[in-house]
Amino acid sequence: MSEITLVEAVTQALAYELAHDENVIVFGEDVGANGGVFRATEGLQKKFGLDRVLDTPLAESMIVGMAVGMAAEGLKPVAEIQFLGFIYPAMDQIISHASRLRNRTRGRLSCPMVIRTPYGCGIHAPEHHSESTESMLAHIPGLRVVIPSSPTRAYGLLLAAMRDPDPVIFLEPTRIYRKIKQEVPDNGVALPLDRCFLLKEGTDVTLVSWGAMLTETMAAAQNLEAQNISCEVIDVATIKPLDIDSIIQSVEKTGRCVIIHEAAKTCGVGAEIAAQLAEKALMSLRAPIQRVTGFDTIVPLYKMEHLYLPSVQRVENAIHEVMAFE
Amino acid sequence: MSIQSQIVAEFAITYSRFLDAEGHLTQELPESLNNPELLRKLYEYMVLNRTFDAKAIALQRTGKMGTYPSSGGQEAIGVGVGAAMKEGDVLVPYYRDHGAHLIRGGKIEEIYLLWGGDERGSDFEHLKQDFPVAVPIASQSLHAVGVAKAIQYRKQSRAVVTFIGDGGTSEGDFYEALNLAGVWKLPVLFIINNNFWAISVPLSEQTFCKTLAQKGIAAGVSGEQVDGNDVLAVNYATEQALKRIREGHGPHIIEALTYRMCDHTTADDARRYQPAEEVEVHKKEDPILRLRTYLVSQNLWDEEQEKALYARVKQKIEQAVHNYESIPDQPPTAIFDYLYATLPHDLIEQRDILLANLGAHHE
Repeated sequence: MSEITLVEAVTQALAYELAHDENVIVFGEDVGANGGVFRATEGLQKKFGLDRVLDTPLAESMIVGMAVGMAAEGLKPVAEIQFLGFIYPAMDQIISHASRLRNRTRGRLSCPMVIRTPYGCGIHAPEHHSESTESMLAHIPGLRVVIPSSPTRAYGLLLAAMRDPDPVIFLEPTRIYRKIKQEVPDNGVALPLDRCFLLKEGTDVTLVSWGAMLTETMAAAQNLEAQNISCEVIDVATIKPLDIDSIIQSVEKTGRCVIIHEAAKTCGVGAEIAAQLAEKALMSLRAPIQRVTGFDTIVPLYKMEHLYLPSVQRVENAIHEVMAFE
Repeated sequence: MSIQSQIVAEFAITYSRFLDAEGHLTQELPESLNNPELLRKLYEYMVLNRTFDAKAIALQRTGKMGTYPSSGGQEAIGVGVGAAMKEGDVLVPYYRDHGAHLIRGGKIEEIYLLWGGDERGSDFEHLKQDFPVAVPIASQSLHAVGVAKAIQYRKQSRAVVTFIGDGGTSEGDFYEALNLAGVWKLPVLFIINNNFWAISVPLSEQTFCKTLAQKGIAAGVSGEQVDGNDVLAVNYATEQALKRIREGHGPHIIEALTYRMCDHTTADDARRYQPAEEVEVHKKEDPILRLRTYLVSQNLWDEEQEKALYARVKQKIEQAVHNYESIPDQPPTAIFDYLYATLPHDLIEQRDILLANLGAHHE
């Protein structure tokens, strides 16, 4: 079996579900003949036809609003918003309808739909192509927000998202779209949603992260092994609903926690994790929780992006700080 | 120097009606309207709409219901459109089209429940695929094209009907929906209730367009105007449009011209901005009065039938109010129970907090 990238794992999951569920319809801007601007839908229109894989007119609110209507009729719309930075015109449809239709109708109508969208720094694109505003989405009742960190995770989590009976936002970190290659068997096996994944066992400090930042997080963890600091690394994967129990379990063991995310610090998902640890695991903590995050600035254009993005060094510094706390 | 150019496209919007304000025929009725039973049904449901609506306002005024948007004076639109729809069609409403819900078999108490602050009002007993009321303006237009896409994908002969007000046609979602409906030739009919007021903003300040129906032209969607106080015109235009839509000819707009003879909602006072003399003029255009005049002139209706109808309507509404007032409250956990198909673990914890607090409160 050959190894595939994260973006190819997305394509593989879409193809699997298109082949196995005739209610699945994939659509968005440039997803057809072009195969998506990142090639996430490469070859799908050719394979499954114009009925199943559709290019839409250029209008994000329309893409999501239409998905609400399709989902209410029993289809499984899988919509692509070209970049997270372009989702804002569709926020009304996400907040006001997709996340609410089940509750509004007391379960009579529902919205089994997936909105896939690439996000995050690292691709030298213009403004609006680099932000991480996942906490905005995680704040909306009725949604699930899922972020893969590897090809294996992308395949399994996207299958789970497409089979979920409720709306799922699936955020794809562009920085690692092609960075990691793994063997991903095309066996249709989904991974569980609403669960963290343990990437590395350790005893001294729990590192909590998701998406592309796990690259820096894992690098820091490996570097510190040499200094006899044993890091446990958790991939949150589903940021809403949050599997806080797995994080607590780890922190109870290590007594220390560093949360790493690319998004701005204030009201980021890290704040929620830290608050819940303070509520539920305070007595297990041997040091204050540290957050290593993007700054509360506009994400700079790419020449200064590296200043914004948490570096391996910043992660290591935070780990040293919690280790040094007496 | 004069530049040579040719007309490459031309467009027109027509206006039609059958009954004038005095209830006189302006033209011969088409076959489908030569049906006394249908005419009486349209009349009956307009009376039901107006009476149930007055009761809703009374319930609100006496603290038994929350803020409510009346459809006063605009009954011909909802009723005329709803009567032309088939059972399997899908209604994607806004909030001034109660007549369509009622004539399609929706229950009066469902409307009272919703505006009485109870989500169960949108859990329709009969109209399982109809959309609930959309409060944010124009967002429903996009749901309608999505439903229409699903119907097209499954090659069904069903159609979608969605309503919007004149103010709503200024929203981007409306234009985006028209654009998609046009380019994909979707089976969807857009009904514009042009009552000339978007809360306090008159149509003249909403748009420079001569008609709202023409807003479809830029998207390749045909459109027409009808007298929205003539239920026959509304019904006929809808029936014809749905026939064409079912045959695969794509979307259409019907702009129904009426006047908002009521406040925007019970939280509004239209006397602050609607000129009294203008309201007086439109009073004479009443859709119910004009159909009754016509029915009586054709010996299709008499005083006895009128009395019997009002007695029937009164009884129906009393029953609905009784059902509305006697439905047991939802359990407190209902605020959690319908967020997801299966409640995630973090919400189970929050639900338990709610219950624990209620327990403490009851002690």
